[in-house]
Amino acid sequence: MAALDFLKTAELLKQGAEARVYRAEFLGKPTIVKERFPKRYRHPTLDEKLTHRRTTQEVRSILRCRRAGIRAPVVYFVDYTSHCIFLEEIVGSSTVRDHIASSQQSDSGTEQNLQQLAERVGQILAKMHDEDVIHGDLTTSNMLLRRSQKDGESELVLIDFGLSYISALPEDKGVDLYVLEKAFLSTHPNTEELFEKLLKSYAASSKKSSAVIKKLDEVRLRGRKRSMVG
Amino acid sequence: MSSAAMTVVIGFEGSANKIGIGIIRDGEVLSNPRRTYITPPGQGFMPSDTARHHRAVILTVLKEALEQAGLKPADIDCVAYTKGPGMGAPLVTVALVARTVAQLWGKPLLGVNHCIGHIEMGRLITKANNPTVLYVSGGNTQVIAYSERRYRIFGETIDIAVGNCLDRFARVIKISNDPSPGYNIEQMAKKGSQYVELPYTVKGMDVSFSGILSYIEEAANKMLSSGQCTAEDLCFSLQETVFSMLVEITERAMAHCGSQEVLIVGGVGCNLRLQEMMGVMCQERGAKLFATDERFCIDNGAMIAQAGWEMFRSGQVTELEDSWITQRYRTDEVEVTWRD
Repeated sequence: MAALDFLKTAELLKQGAEARVYRAEFLGKPTIVKERFPKRYRHPTLDEKLTHRRTTQEVRSILRCRRAGIRAPVVYFVDYTSHCIFLEEIVGSSTVRDHIASSQQSDSGTEQNLQQLAERVGQILAKMHDEDVIHGDLTTSNMLLRRSQKDGESELVLIDFGLSYISALPEDKGVDLYVLEKAFLSTHPNTEELFEKLLKSYAASSKKSSAVIKKLDEVRLRGRKRSMVG
Repeated sequence: MSSAAMTVVIGFEGSANKIGIGIIRDGEVLSNPRRTYITPPGQGFMPSDTARHHRAVILTVLKEALEQAGLKPADIDCVAYTKGPGMGAPLVTVALVARTVAQLWGKPLLGVNHCIGHIEMGRLITKANNPTVLYVSGGNTQVIAYSERRYRIFGETIDIAVGNCLDRFARVIKISNDPSPGYNIEQMAKKGSQYVELPYTVKGMDVSFSGILSYIEEAANKMLSSGQCTAEDLCFSLQETVFSMLVEITERAMAHCGSQEVLIVGGVGCNLRLQEMMGVMCQERGAKLFATDERFCIDNGAMIAQAGWEMFRSGQVTELEDSWITQRYRTDEVEVTWRD
């Protein structure tokens, strides 16, 4: 298997729950290779179906985003036998998570910076949802800020579309935002206002936002209103 | 150690169809009798019938708890009961008895969160240090991790609990509810061999079971009558699918928290296939799995006593006027004063 042989010479960056991520050079370009390895606890048929589906969904969603002008890594190559995706490495970037965390620690005129960042995130998510792409795993670790050489304004890049899929349903978009809200608030304490700003920016930028925000409110209540017997 | 230094807590649990009363003395389970209200195949249990069942047996179970522990009411230090979450009528029935005996015996009351009861019992029995907890039962499906005085919910079901999904599937194909539908599904699954593809829904750290339930409710009878697969195959496929979902969100929470321990609690935690799958995942990550058996996985009184013991020792008490029950009670609402 050529892709797996190739990986033997690559640098393993991390082993997440879902996949192993490597850094390598492919066709002369800095590349990230995402290998979805088999999960032994799953029934083999389920594992194969799930892994294949997630690989294709990930690639499809990234391509759809890119076509709409949303910044996501370029897909260089996909090996469907070993479930490896070869992606552009976003060099010179840091996660929004690290950015917020360090901003909060330094507190030097960062209030405005963070608010601007929140607005930009709201905008990019609105654009993504208007393309009917559901990210499926929105966290501040899955958003990168890449410093642009030219004018200093950094570029916001969405990554890790491993749980993504295509859907026009406001319910799915609402849940997508709910996942982000939970991840956001649990990772970054005392940021309720910042997240509100993000949502306002989303609502203003998306053409279909009111139904989505309504669904978000419904999903938020579900945790509280569910019958918890047993 | 003199008995004056020991704390004895009696715990009353009846939030669903199990009524259990248990007594704990400083981490030792002295007694833990329980009765289960079992309905005929194809039927679920209703609140008023369940409350009626509990009312009929609770005093007998209480006597058993004291006799098996060899204690008298005077030996008890605190009366703990399930404040919630759960079904209204059964919760009230049990709380009423707890309040009454607390007043009769002149002992302080403690209202306990049912989910925390499961967690504290799991910690006591397994001695797990600081695990990622998968709490799975007929009424709840949550992935919980302790952080800064709260049991925080990292992932959960966005609709129904996994046990509810299994129980309702059991009703569709009329599996017996004795001793529990989940147990019978587990036994039938062992005889299944064909994997039938079913919807798989993980959304971030959360899961959804209503989709797979409605799919299987609709398709089951068609598939069975056409001979496409057996009921055992369906049980097998359902387990493999929903358990994979649970293992996946647990693994994601572990990766997020950097945790190396997993503790499974709740009635569905009895399932050996779920334990096996979680064990494989843990092994691949170099993590350790902790689980208990049906005495403590399934709702029981001792788990309420154990959580009550922790709360009591950290100085908490529930005044009579605050000893109401509530059907909805989030795990993260409770301030965990007994841990730092």
